Amino acid sequence: MPLSPDDVRKVARLARLAIAENEIAPTLDTLNRTLGLIDQMGGMDTAGVEPMAHAQDVSLRLRPDAVTEPDRRDALMANAPAAERGLFLVPKVIE
Amino acid sequence: MSRPNGWEVVIGLETHVQLSTRSKIFSGASTVFGAEPNRQACAVDMALPGVLPVMNAAAVDKAITFGLAIGAHIAPRSIFARKNYFYPDLPKGYQISQFEIPVVQGGTITIQVGEGEKAYAKNVELTRAHLEEDAGKSLHEDFHGMSGIDLNRAGTPLLEIVTEPVMTSSAEAVAYARALHALVMWIGICDGNMQEGSFRCDANVSVRRPGEPLGTRREIKNLNSFRFLQQAIDCEIRWQIEQVEDGHSIQQATVLFDPDSGETRMMRSKEEAHDYRYFPDPDLPPLVIEPARIEQVRATMPELPAAMQARFGADFGLSAYDAAQLTASLGTARYFESVVAAAGAAQAKAAANWVMGEVAARLNREEKSIADSPVSPQQLAGVLARVADSTISNNIARKVFEALWNGEGESADAVIEAQGLKQVTDASAIEPIIDEVLAANPQSVAEFKAGKEKAFNALVGQVMKASRGKASPAQVNELLRKKLGG
Repeated sequence: MPLSPDDVRKVARLARLAIAENEIAPTLDTLNRTLGLIDQMGGMDTAGVEPMAHAQDVSLRLRPDAVTEPDRRDALMANAPAAERGLFLVPKVIE
Repeated sequence: MSRPNGWEVVIGLETHVQLSTRSKIFSGASTVFGAEPNRQACAVDMALPGVLPVMNAAAVDKAITFGLAIGAHIAPRSIFARKNYFYPDLPKGYQISQFEIPVVQGGTITIQVGEGEKAYAKNVELTRAHLEEDAGKSLHEDFHGMSGIDLNRAGTPLLEIVTEPVMTSSAEAVAYARALHALVMWIGICDGNMQEGSFRCDANVSVRRPGEPLGTRREIKNLNSFRFLQQAIDCEIRWQIEQVEDGHSIQQATVLFDPDSGETRMMRSKEEAHDYRYFPDPDLPPLVIEPARIEQVRATMPELPAAMQARFGADFGLSAYDAAQLTASLGTARYFESVVAAAGAAQAKAAANWVMGEVAARLNREEKSIADSPVSPQQLAGVLARVADSTISNNIARKVFEALWNGEGESADAVIEAQGLKQVTDASAIEPIIDEVLAANPQSVAEFKAGKEKAFNALVGQVMKASRGKASPAQVNELLRKKLGG
């Protein structure tokens, strides 16, 4: 089912993408063509095929429960635009 | 079943249980509580470019442990998914969780609701339990109009445990939360510390007329005490019934409980609700759990409380109430079993009384856990043995216990010896005391002879007191009756 302009606005908002009103129509067209391509797979008979969750046929590797990461706060925080008393500072967000 | 004004209440709980691993779920950073901000946040937790998550085996084993403890299906293959939303304490822009195929599916927890005659048992069915990572913490105090972000908690392993909507009152919800809390500590997957956020409940609440389909639910977030859980649900039920009776409909929403005002307030409505756009995380292939791994975990698990309660009843003849009390925590149960092992099964009832009575009271008063009891199970067994062979009375036993608690001796025998507490059973030593007491209390004697049994008990008390508790009450009774010609 093709997407509507409202779908594009909603997805853009959820993904925090700034898509201007005049970009909605071309974006919609691109998305619909991509989805059309994917729709071709809908024609395949997948009865009895277990859905894939990963492109490779591998299973999750587990590591032993051990603390291996030292404290590197100062180095890791060096790139932060703002920091104080060991905290990253960000624009105030309260729900 | 509570039916305020003919309304039926439906409650489901989602509980975030912090798994007690040393390192985080997808990184090797420490999970110890209380570190300075961001000292336990590594490149993975901060979502720096190019990092990849690697799953912690202990978190998987703890999820398996939980699944086994509640008789659930352990998924041989489960999937990690990305739950997408934007918030500064979630630096990746998504939380790694499980969505379509969780690791633990189904299962049941049996709860005891209420006390006394109205008490009843209920099976609470679980929908699922899934592994996920915790987010960091936002501090909204004033940092020049900005928020501070601490990512120490980011990546801490959580097991989110979800029930079916089967509870019908706040009392049932609290009974379930308490039972779950006790269970996760018993099986050693969570430290249970609610102040530190190791155990947090969300409650989904709706009301309906009996027989009607489920009403619209509202979700109360982040309740970190049993008292708040109860208050929040009761207040939400009252509010929803008022709304519907006043002709309003309930809008699906997420709310927060404010303990100060005792009210719930809206956090976000359904319109604003997040659409999380879950999809399988390409960084993490499926979690495959082989039967051998499940058996390995099973072999390390302690006996579960329900099984232990049944055994205490069968082996020691304890009542269901006693057995439940003794299995309130694994520490208490182990202490009790050690006392019985040292004192013998014949002393089981006495051991139960001591553990639930004197020991529990002292621990409570001094806010100690049973693991830190100054009186060891072996020492307590020593006290019981001396009561059993009539060396000391129950009263003196409490004195000996007190002395052991205060470190005034190594063993019951040592305390009895050092403080001369051995019960006097030699009649020739007791008789002079009785004579003295009778001479000093002619009124009681007269009253007894006039048929007042109470006066006799007063005399026994006087003799016991004069012997400083060392006489045997049974023997005093006997000798006194003989003297009084009774």
